[in-house]
Amino acid sequence: MTVQETADHGEILSVQDVSVRLSGRAVLSDVSFGIGAGEFTGLIGSNGAGKTTLFRVILGLQSTTTGKVLVAGRARSRRNPLIGYVPQKFLLDPDMPLRARDLVGLGLDGHRFGIARPSRARRELIDEMLAAVGAQDFADTRVGNLSGGEQQRVLIAHALISRPKLLLLDEPLANLDLPSGQEVVALLARIASEQRIAVLISAHEMNPLLPVMERIVYLVGGRAASGTTEEVVRTDVLSELYGRQVEVLHIHGRVLVVAGPGDDPESARGHEGPLIGVTIVQ
Amino acid sequence: MSHFLTPVFEPGFFESTTVHVAALVGAAVALVAAAVGLFTVMRGQSFAGEALGDIGTTGGSGAFLIGVGPLWGFVAISIVAAAAMEMIGIQRPRGRDLATGIVLGAALGLAALFLYLDATYRNTTGATVTILFGSIFTIAGSTTPVIIVLSATALAIVAALYRPLLLSSVSTDLAAARGISVRLVGALYLLALAISVALASMTIGTILSTALLVGPAATALRLTRRPGAAMLAAAGIGIGATWLGIVLAYDSYDWPPVGHGWPVSFFVVTIVFVLYLLSGLPELWRTRRRRRVDRAIAGEPQLAGDG
Repeated sequence: MTVQETADHGEILSVQDVSVRLSGRAVLSDVSFGIGAGEFTGLIGSNGAGKTTLFRVILGLQSTTTGKVLVAGRARSRRNPLIGYVPQKFLLDPDMPLRARDLVGLGLDGHRFGIARPSRARRELIDEMLAAVGAQDFADTRVGNLSGGEQQRVLIAHALISRPKLLLLDEPLANLDLPSGQEVVALLARIASEQRIAVLISAHEMNPLLPVMERIVYLVGGRAASGTTEEVVRTDVLSELYGRQVEVLHIHGRVLVVAGPGDDPESARGHEGPLIGVTIVQ
Repeated sequence: MSHFLTPVFEPGFFESTTVHVAALVGAAVALVAAAVGLFTVMRGQSFAGEALGDIGTTGGSGAFLIGVGPLWGFVAISIVAAAAMEMIGIQRPRGRDLATGIVLGAALGLAALFLYLDATYRNTTGATVTILFGSIFTIAGSTTPVIIVLSATALAIVAALYRPLLLSSVSTDLAAARGISVRLVGALYLLALAISVALASMTIGTILSTALLVGPAATALRLTRRPGAAMLAAAGIGIGATWLGIVLAYDSYDWPPVGHGWPVSFFVVTIVFVLYLLSGLPELWRTRRRRRVDRAIAGEPQLAGDG
């Protein structure tokens, strides 16, 4: 199965030959991939590979130099109700007078003028979303007082309440310990399969996503390879992407990408993206 | 008013037109300051609020120089300064303090000149004190409608933008992803802030205006978890402090030096500050209690050393 074959029917997101240059530097180069309804896709790449820029492109916050993005077959636009977004950095002061349910409510109507009129329907919908992510126990706690994993759940509820077809999550596992990360991944996999919401989740480490990831978009220095994990995470495909010899090792069900034999570590300097450290065996 | 309240409310207090104007204007200004101030605190823009207040000195002294009411000077300079801050780049986290600092410095340089000219040519030494520390009892009745209109304008901006402003104060990323123009919302909020600070300068003066803006809001944030409730609490604290300040200032005509009265601003700002300190007590008490419980659970035998 190639990228082209999945691009035909039921596709919620289609990224076509997208290139972005920012102040003369190529951040994304001819990136193409598609995501079908309800598919769980991992966007894997090291820091600076272009993951956040790609998200901004999909959200319509970053213009492309060339190429286009279709969301459910239409050109992307700002405030697209089909897309839910969970940003990377989220630090809220404990002083902020904002309960978990307030933040979820802002996902419903935060872009509207005026003050939200409380209604039973609104309240029930918020409760339903909080329950869907397992956040009902801390619904009335200030968001700033929640743990990283709890904040992620609330942010996912915030994104889900507008009934999106595609959920974008920028490095949601970055600041979580392993168990919390696994819980968030399991929650997202359940949302994807039960509600048929496509999930695109970025990470610098692919291993936590391997059990649930149906497709992978692997970014190195702004260039991408996409397909199933078996198609992409291979010695030949990744060597081509890195532009030098790398080796994909499978150890105890985990994947490790290392520089190939005889490769001079010094020559890696200045190359696009680090070789070792994309995935690390723990 | 029955006689047992006379120790608090001096004779003539409720009949005085000056008191009526002060109470009305003071309440309107405190309400605006609370609504705008809550976002000032949440967005971490207290320095911009303080700077806009200080900059009002330039407008107020300039207004005295050309012989118009200080309110016009406050409003004009505050909006111009807010626009300059916006253009220099207050919307960027890094540019925020820089934009504020540059505009503040430039404006206060002018204030030094204007205050000097006021004192030299117009012989109005009292102007300086009035501008810096406010004079709620000398507000002309004819100014009241203008103050009410300006208050309504600032409140309307905050009410209309309530949700987008709240979301972009929480996270600009979340707001932008919802299609909110974070910059436009930020600029309109800055306009409301400029108006609010200009109004507060009328009642408690340019350099004290931040106290009314930040104090009640910061106190309210300690008392409630909800954004709407915090705004109501801040308004209640602001209005309460202003009215109590007016009562005490009226009473103080009998205090030494008899027949002069202490500045209202002193009372208002002091009350706001005391309330802020008091609002920290519940949390302090909870922390102590938690520590005591923790110790009991840990079964720590010794009690000494934690005096």
